[in-house]
Amino acid sequence: MQQRRILDEFTVNHELLRGNLATPKWWLPTVLGLLVVVLFGFTLMGIMFNRGLGVTGLSRPVYWGLFITTFVFWVGISHAGIMISAILRLTQAEWRRPVTRAAELLTVFSLLTALFFPLIHAGRPWRIFYWITPYDFARGIFPNARSPLVWDPFAIGTYLTGSTLFLYVALLPDLGVLRDRTTGWKRSFYTVASLGWRGNPRQWRLQTVAGILLSALMLPIFVSVHSIVSWDFAVTPAVEGWHSTVFAPYFVVGAVHSGVSAVVTMMALMRWLWGWDNYIRPEHFDALARLLIVVACAWLALTFAELIFGVYSLEAPERALREMQMFEWPWNLLFIIFFLTGFAIPVPLWFFKRVRNNIAMMFWTSILVNIGMWLERFLIIVPGLSRKQPFVFTWDSYQVSPLEWGLLLWSFAWVMMLMLLFSKFFPLIPLFETKESQVFTTDVQIGRVTMPAVIRELD
Amino acid sequence: MAASNSVLGLYDTPNAGADAMDGLKSAGFELGTFDVLTGTPYPEGAFGEYVPQHRLFRFPFFGAMVGITLAILFTAGTQLAYPVITGGKPILAVFAMLIIAYELTMLGAVVATVVGIIFESRLPNLNLGAYDTRITEGYIGVVVECEDDRLEEARGVLQTAGALEIKTA
Repeated sequence: MQQRRILDEFTVNHELLRGNLATPKWWLPTVLGLLVVVLFGFTLMGIMFNRGLGVTGLSRPVYWGLFITTFVFWVGISHAGIMISAILRLTQAEWRRPVTRAAELLTVFSLLTALFFPLIHAGRPWRIFYWITPYDFARGIFPNARSPLVWDPFAIGTYLTGSTLFLYVALLPDLGVLRDRTTGWKRSFYTVASLGWRGNPRQWRLQTVAGILLSALMLPIFVSVHSIVSWDFAVTPAVEGWHSTVFAPYFVVGAVHSGVSAVVTMMALMRWLWGWDNYIRPEHFDALARLLIVVACAWLALTFAELIFGVYSLEAPERALREMQMFEWPWNLLFIIFFLTGFAIPVPLWFFKRVRNNIAMMFWTSILVNIGMWLERFLIIVPGLSRKQPFVFTWDSYQVSPLEWGLLLWSFAWVMMLMLLFSKFFPLIPLFETKESQVFTTDVQIGRVTMPAVIRELD
Repeated sequence: MAASNSVLGLYDTPNAGADAMDGLKSAGFELGTFDVLTGTPYPEGAFGEYVPQHRLFRFPFFGAMVGITLAILFTAGTQLAYPVITGGKPILAVFAMLIIAYELTMLGAVVATVVGIIFESRLPNLNLGAYDTRITEGYIGVVVECEDDRLEEARGVLQTAGALEIKTA
């Protein structure tokens, strides 16, 4: 923590509540712009519900296309929160402090967005209740607990509920700060939302224990969610390239790769938009880039394992699929872009300290990773379905329709709009964690150098 | 019986706050009737404060039990209510049930933990009593709950420790 500045509580409140207590000039036009895209997306959904899934490019045998790709993508992004927040909290990594709230928020909003895609993909979303709720006793229609499509809502529902509660509990002290800085209806709102937080030792102690306990509970959920999403594919023996035992860890590590990259993107934007240079410092990007190198290498190993296990079996359909994915137009172009953006360009760059400490470079490389990771999901889902299978007598190549592209665009605008709305009412960087860092860190003289030292609580 | 009052002394340094806590202990105020309020989590014991034991760790176990029970009811109930025999295998698919049971167990544990955190933090309590908004700006508040007959004594102790301001509610 070499770049740390000593800040008093007044300055921390003043700087970190800048977006809450006043409205930056860019905020309203940006939110309105995003709102236009969001409304456009909802209109597209309406058109699709009215006219049916025929308006998409989905057709036999490719029934899972851009919607399911985007669903897996956003579930992947959601792994940022718990990876950053829970693991770094449990390991008491000091640099986690400005990152945790943004990461948890990204988890909640990306999961919320991910949920939309299977719903709209179902074509008739109001019939979703048959899918997971055992309510139609009269007709004897019940959910099929043996289907991974039923496991999914349970996994994602658990993760979304847990992440939202995790986020809320960590917000309580900061809501108390906002209550003390506002008047009128806002004060009433924050008084109720903070539940009357006072900041006595009992409450602080429970806040610390809660952070650790909830982190420990959320970590197994985090691993299970993308494992279960991967089983949507892996327990389907009929589709080439899907029936793979390595899918669960492959999906989880891939999700962490894309999620942590998304946190980097978000942190760079937060620093630029709100001018939080004292809180989000190059050292944080440096630490995240180091973490990303490890995650990306693990992901590359699993990508390699997934490919090699498929080819090594020498089964003709599996080999033909891999040949198509990597060497046939247009999949070969997508594969090259996927590999370059997902690994080959960003990871070697991150080996250079100059790049890790350059926020613009980190921003663009993190965006590259997520282009690659979206393509990875597309290349897993669509080519396997596109090949002619036994007993399939009509098949067509999948062309993504403009409506599907529109809904992909909607998903990004939706997440960004939710983030900006949140930023207006709640602090994006945890105030109490930042202040705690100031209290627990002190400068010590070692020989001729002065170093910041962090005090640890006794267990 | 005398009415209960809440008196707050406001201090600008942690040391002054700790002195006030020591003063209250020396004056014979019972543990649990006075507390320190801060806008930052200070290391435990920084003010010589009394932190009663909590029972938070019981909550996740209780929640997990509720979660797993609901999961078994859901998975077994739906399979038995609409039995589909696949390849002569048993109706209850244990592997599939385990996945849903795992998720609902964890969900129960998380929800109960959050309920536990709120309950053990003695929240919600929208009546803040004697409080000052400067506490979340770095000042230290020392609050005493006392009867009418000890009110002046409490104010005296807080003043002696160097309170910038004393408030009563």
